[in-house]
Amino acid sequence: MTIKRIKVGAGSCGIAAGASELLTFFQQEISDIPIVEVGCIGHCYAEPIVEIETDNGSLFYENVKPHKDYLDRILSLRDEGQLVIRPQRSDREMVKILSIAGRIEMNSINEYIANGGYEGLKKALKMKPSEVIEEVIISGLRGRGGGGFMTGTKWRFLSDKNSSEKVLICNADEGDPGAFMDRSLMESVPHQILEGMLIGAYATGATKLFIYCRAEYPLAIKNLKRAMEQIFELNLHNLNGRTVEIRLKEGAGAFVCGEETAMIHSLEGKRGTPRFRPPYPTDSGFQGLPTVINNVETFGNISLILREGGAEFAKVGTEGSKGTKLFALAGDVKYPGLAEVPMGVTLADIVYEVGGAEPGTVKAVQIGGPSGGCIPAEKFDAIVDYDSLKSLGAIMGSGGLIVIGNNRCMVETSRYFLEFTTRESCGKCTFCRIGTKRMLERLEKITGGEGTEADIDFLSDIGNKIVKGSLCGLGQTAPNPVLASLRYFRNEFEAHTNERQCPALQCNKLTDVIINEELCIECGLCVKTCPVNAISEDYIVNNSVCTRCNSCIEVCPKKAISRTKRGSGHYAVKEN
Amino acid sequence: MNTILELLSDIDTEQSNLIKALQTVQANEGYISNEAISTIGNHFAIPPVEVEGVVSFYTQFKRVKPGKFQISVCDGTACHIKGASLVAGWISEFIGIKNGETDKDGMFSLETVACLGCCSLAPVMSINGKIYGNLERKRLIRVLKSYQKEAENDN
Repeated sequence: MTIKRIKVGAGSCGIAAGASELLTFFQQEISDIPIVEVGCIGHCYAEPIVEIETDNGSLFYENVKPHKDYLDRILSLRDEGQLVIRPQRSDREMVKILSIAGRIEMNSINEYIANGGYEGLKKALKMKPSEVIEEVIISGLRGRGGGGFMTGTKWRFLSDKNSSEKVLICNADEGDPGAFMDRSLMESVPHQILEGMLIGAYATGATKLFIYCRAEYPLAIKNLKRAMEQIFELNLHNLNGRTVEIRLKEGAGAFVCGEETAMIHSLEGKRGTPRFRPPYPTDSGFQGLPTVINNVETFGNISLILREGGAEFAKVGTEGSKGTKLFALAGDVKYPGLAEVPMGVTLADIVYEVGGAEPGTVKAVQIGGPSGGCIPAEKFDAIVDYDSLKSLGAIMGSGGLIVIGNNRCMVETSRYFLEFTTRESCGKCTFCRIGTKRMLERLEKITGGEGTEADIDFLSDIGNKIVKGSLCGLGQTAPNPVLASLRYFRNEFEAHTNERQCPALQCNKLTDVIINEELCIECGLCVKTCPVNAISEDYIVNNSVCTRCNSCIEVCPKKAISRTKRGSGHYAVKEN
Repeated sequence: MNTILELLSDIDTEQSNLIKALQTVQANEGYISNEAISTIGNHFAIPPVEVEGVVSFYTQFKRVKPGKFQISVCDGTACHIKGASLVAGWISEFIGIKNGETDKDGMFSLETVACLGCCSLAPVMSINGKIYGNLERKRLIRVLKSYQKEAENDN
């Protein structure tokens, strides 16, 4: 076998794991083989990943370090520690939208075209715009941003509008904490997203195209901008004689701007507050023009639908949800990263088969971010599609999927999400602005060990009122994480209020820290490390001083220090 | 001509470019000063209060000059459940500043931010945009010390 190219995964995850150092090292050491930067194949746990492309398939090496011995192993194509050829963690995965992500040079339009890129656009331009929309309707594609509205129907609304100017926006404001599908797509296959947008512009008659990308994604912005320049050079934005305008706008850090009317305000240079609908954006959107907003992953799918045909696309999935879905899998799993699965697999497939979590160690998954909810492990046989997740009290959302291990506290997790939405509430609706704050106060009271049953009842009561009394999706879904946790894990809330205990030993005010005398070797590291001098020289933690910062637990070489139930540790009044 | 005016000279005066103008100024100056607010208001022919309103709405914009090294601790979901608050606490303790503060030498500022999008490497922080993942206390302190050394060498 001869080596044709060396590909280094240089998406954000790869760079954070050391891909830049690796690239510099390779460039110094290797002169006769081309080294290229590719995006992400979705296996973030294995970064930095190096793919060796040979004349007879590829080898993948994981966790490669900039050392001579790693290089020798790679160049001699030794196969210990390699991933399989098309790296899949499990046969439950199905690679469609990700099929070339991380396999082609990030900034090469030629390589994208050589791998079937822009064939969808070419095909579309030979059809009538209405036929393109028909194809998208046949595919059954639903919006991947959370709402799950039929993309083809939305496009038809826009195409029916009689206006000389129309606007098509790509929502790349992936604000859900825990979601990174869109970032990965934009970094790895920016042209796939832009191709989808150009097809959309042709089908709907849109004249102005915007990508609204959050500023926290500098690499995605850079790659998209480069891709746009390449499009302009090749004049691909000329759709059968009609040239469209494409612009990239950076968001400025406001979660609510993921809501469509808020995003439009933000694009207009205003505060990103949502407004009442109707009028819907298709009637009056950006600067009063008819406007449609689709998500990054939706556009990524459009390119595939036009390439292979709507009917072919619709062969994958369930009755009401077609195609595959990307999930950003993180939390307490062995193989975090991006997982592309066909609609209709079970949660167990994703958590155990793809994520590699040990059955029995997982308590729940949190799906849909701050708008979603948790689903307990007992319900992991539920299938993944828009309707089934909704019936369980969660939502598909954009696809953030955080696996919560047995050692995490559900009350604290709920509090975390409420803190997020309280901070991100734009302040327009009273229920959202004040209601989330009141919920957060009660949750803090409970995690602080001062809650009562009445606080739990208050949470569900006001939670339901916020759902009813808020204008936009942020407020309407903000209480979901708490309501879902109350539905499945009320016992944990009650342990906090009635027994004054945190079963997961996570809430600081409800735990103590102790040193196990039998394991302790009296090395003195913990005494030295403790920022508040809570550990005495005879190795006893004074829990009235301890701040539960975990520093001692981290430094102990013998794992002799641990958290325990409140009341079982040592308490003493500090002498002055 | 002052620098803020120079920075704005390439930017169209149509209001949809306001956020871009603010981002450009902040990228150069590190924050949005009072002077920037009024200059930008003039540029777009809108009252300063409207500029201030937009600035205060978006978390990206800072009204106070940040430190030379900006530490952002990710508090996205994955980082949070993997101990982001512990990480923030360790940094606070080591540098002696709280969340949202800048130290008196103007070297470090600390903030917690929403997701940085590197969830699989949780817990994560970034210092001036460079991402550090899988943080445990020992490694974190080592990284902070290397920046402290860099700061000392520069002085």
